[in-house]
Amino acid sequence: MANIWTLVEHRDGAADSISWETLAMARKLADKSGGSVTAVVLGDGVSELAQTAFHYGADSALVVDDPALKDYRLETYGAALAELASARTPDILLMGASDKGREISPFVAAKLGVGLASDALDMDLDGDSLIVTRPVLVGNLIAKITFSDAKPQMASLRRRVFPALEPDTARSGDVETVSVTLPETKTAVTGFEVAEGEVSLNDASIIVSGGRGVGGPEGFPTVKALADVLGGALGASRAAVDAGWIPYSHQVGQTGKTVQPDLYIACGISGAIQHLAGMKTSKVIVAINKDPEAPIFKYAKYGIVGDLFKYVPALTEEFKKELGK
Amino acid sequence: MKAIVLMKQTPDTAQLSASMDGLKLMAEGGPRIVNPWDEYAIETGLALAEDHGGEAVLLTMGKPESTEAIKTGLAMGCKGATLLTDDAFENSDSLATARILTAAIRQQGDYDIILAGKSAIDGDTAQTAVQVAALLGIPYLGYVAKIEAVDFDAKTITVVRAIDSGRETVTSSLPAVVSVLKEIGEPRYPSFMGIRKAAKAKIPEMGLADLGLSADEVGAAGSNVQWTQVTLPPAQETQLELIEGEPEEAAKILVQKLLAEKVI
Amino acid sequence: MDFSLTEEHKMLQKAARDFAAERVRPLIRAYDPLHKFPRELLPEMAEMGLLGVCLPEKYGGAGFDYISLGIVSEAMEWADASVRETIAVHTALNSLGIFQWGTETQKQKYLVPQAKGEKIACFGLTEPGAGSDVAALSTRAKKVGDTYLLTGEKMWITLADIADHFLIFAKTDPEKRHRGISAFIVERDFPGIQTGTIEGKMGVWTSNTGWVRMDNCEVPAENMLGEPGEGFKIAMSCLDNARYTVAAGATGIMRACLEASVAYAHQRETFGKPIAQHQLVQQLIANISQRLDIGTLLWQRVGWMKNMGIRNTRETSLAKMYCTEAAFASASDAVQVHGAYGYSSEYDVERHLRNSKAAVIYEGTTQIHQLLQAQYALGFKVDKPLRRELPPYTE
Repeated sequence: MANIWTLVEHRDGAADSISWETLAMARKLADKSGGSVTAVVLGDGVSELAQTAFHYGADSALVVDDPALKDYRLETYGAALAELASARTPDILLMGASDKGREISPFVAAKLGVGLASDALDMDLDGDSLIVTRPVLVGNLIAKITFSDAKPQMASLRRRVFPALEPDTARSGDVETVSVTLPETKTAVTGFEVAEGEVSLNDASIIVSGGRGVGGPEGFPTVKALADVLGGALGASRAAVDAGWIPYSHQVGQTGKTVQPDLYIACGISGAIQHLAGMKTSKVIVAINKDPEAPIFKYAKYGIVGDLFKYVPALTEEFKKELGK
Repeated sequence: MKAIVLMKQTPDTAQLSASMDGLKLMAEGGPRIVNPWDEYAIETGLALAEDHGGEAVLLTMGKPESTEAIKTGLAMGCKGATLLTDDAFENSDSLATARILTAAIRQQGDYDIILAGKSAIDGDTAQTAVQVAALLGIPYLGYVAKIEAVDFDAKTITVVRAIDSGRETVTSSLPAVVSVLKEIGEPRYPSFMGIRKAAKAKIPEMGLADLGLSADEVGAAGSNVQWTQVTLPPAQETQLELIEGEPEEAAKILVQKLLAEKVI
Repeated sequence: MDFSLTEEHKMLQKAARDFAAERVRPLIRAYDPLHKFPRELLPEMAEMGLLGVCLPEKYGGAGFDYISLGIVSEAMEWADASVRETIAVHTALNSLGIFQWGTETQKQKYLVPQAKGEKIACFGLTEPGAGSDVAALSTRAKKVGDTYLLTGEKMWITLADIADHFLIFAKTDPEKRHRGISAFIVERDFPGIQTGTIEGKMGVWTSNTGWVRMDNCEVPAENMLGEPGEGFKIAMSCLDNARYTVAAGATGIMRACLEASVAYAHQRETFGKPIAQHQLVQQLIANISQRLDIGTLLWQRVGWMKNMGIRNTRETSLAKMYCTEAAFASASDAVQVHGAYGYSSEYDVERHLRNSKAAVIYEGTTQIHQLLQAQYALGFKVDKPLRRELPPYTE
């Protein structure tokens, strides 16, 4: 009977989708053990998120509503969650492996002196004890992580590896509003610039990437046009980034971002092991490459052997027609 | 100014190839390297030392052969290094590692900033640096892409954090643990003169007793998670379907197939 | 006997190879089709200490031994021949020449900034009508008071347009053949010197190759390197040093070709299996592998002899002859492993094949070295001690 908590992550009250994916995972584990799921909501004026959490599978909610939690800061959010978890000791404490989750979770684990497995691909229970499957060696190995008896057992879930439940608006539950003692802060957020215009690689369900075959900076608009028509993000291989054709923020692979979109279209990318490590778990991979022997074809579900400058624009046009754009 | 750079020696994933998979690399994998993300932390420390006077020193927990990586850091320009090594440290999880590092940091005297890379490419947990900050009770600034301003006399730092949703500017008191991204600046190459000095350097080591820790706080005994199984990622059984034909024709076929996949 | 590299060597090798892989090769891949000299690498190489690797710290160098000169040559040519050529010309031909033959004043004035890489140096021996036949050179140096006036033209001069300092060989006594040659340190700012680029090379497209023309170029008498008439011996000793870097560099090409061929052989499939499983492909790879090891042993022996202060003209000639021919053959084999792709500029082996032919010709053609080897074997040639030998390595 595992009592599982999940953290509901948001920015100014807008929930991050990873929260509902984590909730779905918590639900799966709770159902297996006959336990329950508690959504933890931290913020300022965010109690409505508790209701949404019920729709996505939570049984109950713990809400800390405090003006001091308006801006996310590790020291306040971490302290709040650590205090709650220390006082009530859930069996398992989960959150998303987002930028926030990946710093809150180790902070809380350190404060509580408990075990943590970050960036889980999957989770399971052995009795009531958590088992986590997670990538190590930048995705070149998979490790199975087991925990000591120290509670809570903590883990963060990678984005897009486990689907959120369909929201059920009939569901509801008990909301408990609690207060915590927040520490004096040593940090202050003095500015924020929203990443605009471009779809972030982290969130994208579709990524279109270009590699050495793109030939130069002047080739990337062709690749981007396809990404744009699909509402996807623009990615790149290390070769293209190193050559200075496109900024590093677009790099997919071992020394860039690890992504797992539903659709990954690789244009002119041969598929070095280091690039594959960052994208090979994508749901559907399409490869367009001149070289029929390029390793990328071993991972692709659909392949086109040919000049990307002929095929990519044709795809863009065809999608425009089909998607009515 | 004194910067302590947390650095780890890791396998070199550049050596992965058709004949060298992840398991082989972990087991035998040839020469080990400075964790690539830590090179950015070293660079940050060296740049701060150049701009503000002072020094960057390395702090590494690992097996005795970690001296190889430490010497690379010294050749890049770090002024000193300590290797934390003891059989009892083996199989430490991130928190046990943070405990060991924290005990060593407390013995380092005054320091202004602790620098770390975003993760280590072997364990890939990205947990240790946060936990060091938590145990020391000092601020942690993660995903730092840029140091906008730093005043070591006033003990403040302003950084830009590149996070999922955008770029956040944060001001913090010092000392703090700062974990940097690649954007912070390309690491310098070791200078040849630096290599000659570093090759001869004797690296001071500290073990369990030197750090005043007990055996049940570290290693497997002091850890709450363990790797019970490590395997290669499952082979993907993708059956490649080649789409043939002229561009317009091939595009039509592929678009229909992708729509049928429901991935758009 | 000890075949192992020291810890210092290994660290140096890693640093140089990392630099070659991360900085040099991407730049060369971009610049080679443009025939563009990667000038931005020079300050970076200087900063690291690459340009004075085997010169003592007291002369501004990094203080490594001569094996280290081979190590960095190998590392650079793995990326591209042109960058190793910079080391061959700047460090080996010119700087080591001044280190061996120069007065203390010349060393302070010219060697120190060169070892630090603040000044770039080149070597002017070859002429339109005098290549391997050095004694036929026609550049003249006429003494007028405290100045020599140099007149003549040098061809195929690597770094001609880049260099700040030139080591120029000219006849001070035209009556004598090679005994009438003297060596001069010439600065670009001296009146009467002009340089230009040679276009249309088969390979090494990112290297700067040019001509140097002197018309009564005024060189102070104190800039003569060595004694009057000693130029030929100086040139030959400089060539010993440069040929050593050429030999070591050629093993860099072989390593690049081996790595590329191995990776490709594992990846490419024909007749239902990776081509690595085909025995004739295995033979090509075995050939490259064998040549790489033989070549490495040959240049490392020379490096060791240099460290010990043992004359090595014969061993250097042998290493240069073997390694450059082996690199050309290996690049050709590597292209063969890659099939049609190897013939395309998308793969580095195509560039290595074009580049590797140059080294079979410069610094003494294979045929010149064959003659030398025969002369040594037959007892026609015996090296006599020089007035000044290259100083052995001392830590």
